Amino acid sequence: MFRSLVRLQSRFGNALSLCKECPTSPFSLKYSTATSERRKFYQDVSISQGEGGLYEINLDQRKLKTPGGKLFTVPNEALAIAVATEWDAQRDTLKFYTMHLSTLCNTALDNPTQRNKDQMINAALKYLETDTVCYRVDDPYGLVELQKNEWDPVLHWIENRYNVTIGSSSNILGPEIPEATKDTFRQHLKSYNFWSMTGLEYVITQLKSVVLSFGMIDKHLSVEQAVLLSRLEEEYQIQSWGNVEWAHDYDMYELRARTAAGALFIQLSSESSTVKRKLLQD
Amino acid sequence: MAGLSSPLRVCRGILKELRAVQGPSYKRSLAYNYVMDQFRKNQVTGERYCRAQQEALHASHTYLCLLTSTRNHLALHNIYHGKGERSPEEAAGLVGLRMPTQPGGKGWEK
Repeated sequence: MFRSLVRLQSRFGNALSLCKECPTSPFSLKYSTATSERRKFYQDVSISQGEGGLYEINLDQRKLKTPGGKLFTVPNEALAIAVATEWDAQRDTLKFYTMHLSTLCNTALDNPTQRNKDQMINAALKYLETDTVCYRVDDPYGLVELQKNEWDPVLHWIENRYNVTIGSSSNILGPEIPEATKDTFRQHLKSYNFWSMTGLEYVITQLKSVVLSFGMIDKHLSVEQAVLLSRLEEEYQIQSWGNVEWAHDYDMYELRARTAAGALFIQLSSESSTVKRKLLQD
Repeated sequence: MAGLSSPLRVCRGILKELRAVQGPSYKRSLAYNYVMDQFRKNQVTGERYCRAQQEALHASHTYLCLLTSTRNHLALHNIYHGKGERSPEEAAGLVGLRMPTQPGGKGWEK
């Protein structure tokens, strides 16, 4: 993900020199990720349907390309419009760190890590061994209760939904995940196409949980709920120590934005967009 | 099923966000037309449980969350992280302190 942003930066070699003229300082804090910006170089954003029915993004008269130099194409109109809206929303400078859907499309198109779908499935399932909702604490009592009350329902839901055993543990090694569970998920993930798998892996790494990601993709959880459950311990600490806007809220909104982008990306790139019209009956 | 608010509220929420990023001319944008179109298409269905409608509602809810969170994140970014690091003098000033002046050294008034 970040690599693709870096590529974009290096591709536009003059990005740094442009930044010096920007009102914002080029030496931004390293607290936040990928804060590269670039001056806006276009006025109009439009979409067009190119060969093979793929949608392209046009910035003024020029076609948008990926950091890897490929033509930027997306499989359906909804995604194209959402990406175009991201480009259209930029004001004086291009803030790539707010353009999550474009970034995901770039990653899917360029595949900077050069992996195939099986490798991505394995990488995604590796998260199951260290899934956030499977790791519990022994104390303090309040947090133990909170984790039990909030995480157990989701865990039970996924165990019933996929007919698997996952379990939870307060052991440092985490719960023992049976091989059968992974096989079930592996089979399920094989039905995903490359684009949705890219999105899913992104969501899993953001939420740090396979369970919560599936809960969200299967529409059992909303983005807000999934993010809340992912940050449960942090929320608990906030309750006792107070909320710090520039760290807690900042992180939460970023996580929500990224998770929502990932979820939308999966949904838009996996649907076959069949329009069924009702027959008019006179 | 995740607890989602009504389609009308989500629709209005998305339009509000679109207006916030695109300004007064947002009604001419691609997204405005697409969103309105989708909501109109999905509003008329029979009484039976409609999967497509639920999916559309979930997607629209997710999109609203994406737009809102991105806007809030950017606002916080601009306040707290957008200006780069503060100078030691500024940082000290925030908590009501001043940087010491070293006698005869740096910053010493002659």
